[in-house]
Amino acid sequence: MTRQLRALGLRTLTSVGHLGGIATFVGDIARHTVRPPLRFRRLLGEIFDIGVLSLVIVCLSGLTVGAVLGLQGYTTLSRFGAENSLGAVVGLVLVRELGPVLTALLVTGRAGSAMAAEIASMVTTEQLDGLRMMSVHPVDFVIAPKALAMLIVMPLLNALFIVFAFFGGYLIGVKLLGLDGGVYLTSMEESITFSDDVGGTLVKSLVFGALVAFIATYRGYIAEPTSAGVSAATTQTVVIASVAILLFDYVITALWGV
Amino acid sequence: MATRGPDTGAGQAGARDDRVRLEDVQLTLGGRSVFRRLTCGFPRGRISVLMGGSGAGKSTLLRLVAGLLRPDTGSIQVAGEEITKLSERQLYRVRDRIGMLFQGGALLDSMTVFDNVALPLREHTELSERDVAAEVTRRLAAVGLADTGKLMPRQLSGGMMRRAALARAIVMDPEILLCDEPFSGLDPLNVRRIETLLQELNARLGLTLLVTSHHLPSSLRMADQLVFLIDGGAVPGAPQDLLRSRDERIREFLEAERIDFPAPAVAQAPR
Repeated sequence: MTRQLRALGLRTLTSVGHLGGIATFVGDIARHTVRPPLRFRRLLGEIFDIGVLSLVIVCLSGLTVGAVLGLQGYTTLSRFGAENSLGAVVGLVLVRELGPVLTALLVTGRAGSAMAAEIASMVTTEQLDGLRMMSVHPVDFVIAPKALAMLIVMPLLNALFIVFAFFGGYLIGVKLLGLDGGVYLTSMEESITFSDDVGGTLVKSLVFGALVAFIATYRGYIAEPTSAGVSAATTQTVVIASVAILLFDYVITALWGV
Repeated sequence: MATRGPDTGAGQAGARDDRVRLEDVQLTLGGRSVFRRLTCGFPRGRISVLMGGSGAGKSTLLRLVAGLLRPDTGSIQVAGEEITKLSERQLYRVRDRIGMLFQGGALLDSMTVFDNVALPLREHTELSERDVAAEVTRRLAAVGLADTGKLMPRQLSGGMMRRAALARAIVMDPEILLCDEPFSGLDPLNVRRIETLLQELNARLGLTLLVTSHHLPSSLRMADQLVFLIDGGAVPGAPQDLLRSRDERIREFLEAERIDFPAPAVAQAPR
C-alpha cells in the first residue's frame, strides 16, 4: 500500500514537473521571440527551410486535392442537377477545412519532423550544451527562430495550397468536364465570405502553426541524447502533431463555427 | 585538500587557493548513485586530471562544475561563487569565466569553423566584424588551424575538430577550462599536439584546467594533480604519490595501462 502511494506520488510529481517544464519552455520561446537580439538572419534561414523547401509538396498536393474535389463534387452534384454549385463546394471545403488541415499535416511531415530531428541531434552531440557554455540560451539561438518561422510560414503555405487546389478544381470542372468557367468562379466568389471563411482559415492555420512549432521544438529539446532518442523525437512529433491538429480542428470548428 | 571517500593518504593539504571546489556532493542519475559525499578541490592555475573507470563520473563532474547538472545535495564553488542555487540566467555570469571543450567538439554543424569560433565574440562583445575576424584568425592559428575557417565541422578530422573546439573554448579568455576526454580516439601525434596546447595555455595564461582522461601517459606528463574517482568519491594527489599508492583499486587501474613487451626470442647461432 505504501509502495503504491509512493509510486502514485512520484508519478504525480513527475507529471507536474513535466507541465512546469512545458510552461517554462513556452514562456522562454515567447520571451526570446520578442526580446532583442532579434535574429533576423537565422529567422530568414528557417523560413527558407520550412517554407521554400515545402513549396513543391504543398503546391502539388493542393493541385491534386483540388482536382479530386472537382471530380467528386461534379459527380455528386450532378445527381441533384446542382453541378453549377461546384465552385462553391470546392471553395468552401478548401477554405474552411481541407486547406488548413492538409497543409498543417503536410508541413508536420516534411518540416516538423526535420525540425525535431535537427534539435534532437543537437542535444545528442552536445551542441545545445555548447551554446549554454558560451552563455547563449539555446531557446534564443535555436528554438525561437524555428518556432517563429513556423508561425509565419503556415498561413502562407495554407494560402498557396488553397490557390493551387482552386486551380485543380477549375481544371477538372471547367476544362475537363465542360462546366462554364464564369459560373464556377462566380459561385465560388459568392459563397466565400471574408470574415467567416478567410478569417477562419487564417485562425486555424495560425493555431496549427503554433501547435506544430511547439510540439516539434519541445519534443526535440527534451530528446534522450541517443540515436534512438532522435528517432523517437521525430516519430512522436509527427504522431502527436497530427492528432493535435485534427483535435484542435474539431474544437475550433465546434466553438467558433469556422 | 580535504578528501572523503577512499583514502590513500595522498594529496592531503592545508588551506589552498582552489578555483573549483566540491564539498559533500551527492548525485543520483537514473536511479544510480554517481557521487556519495564527494569532496575535492582544483587549485588555481594548475592542471588537474580526473581519472577513473568508465562510469566513474568524470564527465559528470565536469558537467556539475559547468552548471549543466545540479547535485542532489552538497556545495560547488566555481571562481569563488556557489553555483548550486543559481538560476540559469545567473549561471551565465559564472560561465563567462569558464571554457569547455566537449568530447565530440560540440561545434554547431550548421556553421563554418570560423563562425563557430566567432560566435562568443559576436554574442558578448562589441567588437567590429573586422576585429572579430582578426581575433578568430589569431585563435585558429594558435591551434594550428589557420586555413580551416571556411570549412564546415563535418569536413574536419577528429583531431582538427578537437582543436577547433579548443579555439572556441578559449576565445573569451576564460579563467577555468574544462576538457572532457580531449585525447580519446586520437592518434599519438594528435594526442601530443593537444597535450602541448593545453600545457601552453596553462603556462601562458595561468588557466585552471580540469581534464578528464583515460590516457595515462599524457595524464602523468601534464598533471599537477591527479584525481581518481572511485566508488562515488575522489582520491586526489600528486602524480608521483598516486603512482606509489597502496590502494588496490588505483594500483589495478595503473597496472592495466602498463605495457609489457614480450621478450625477444633468442636466436640460435649457426653452427
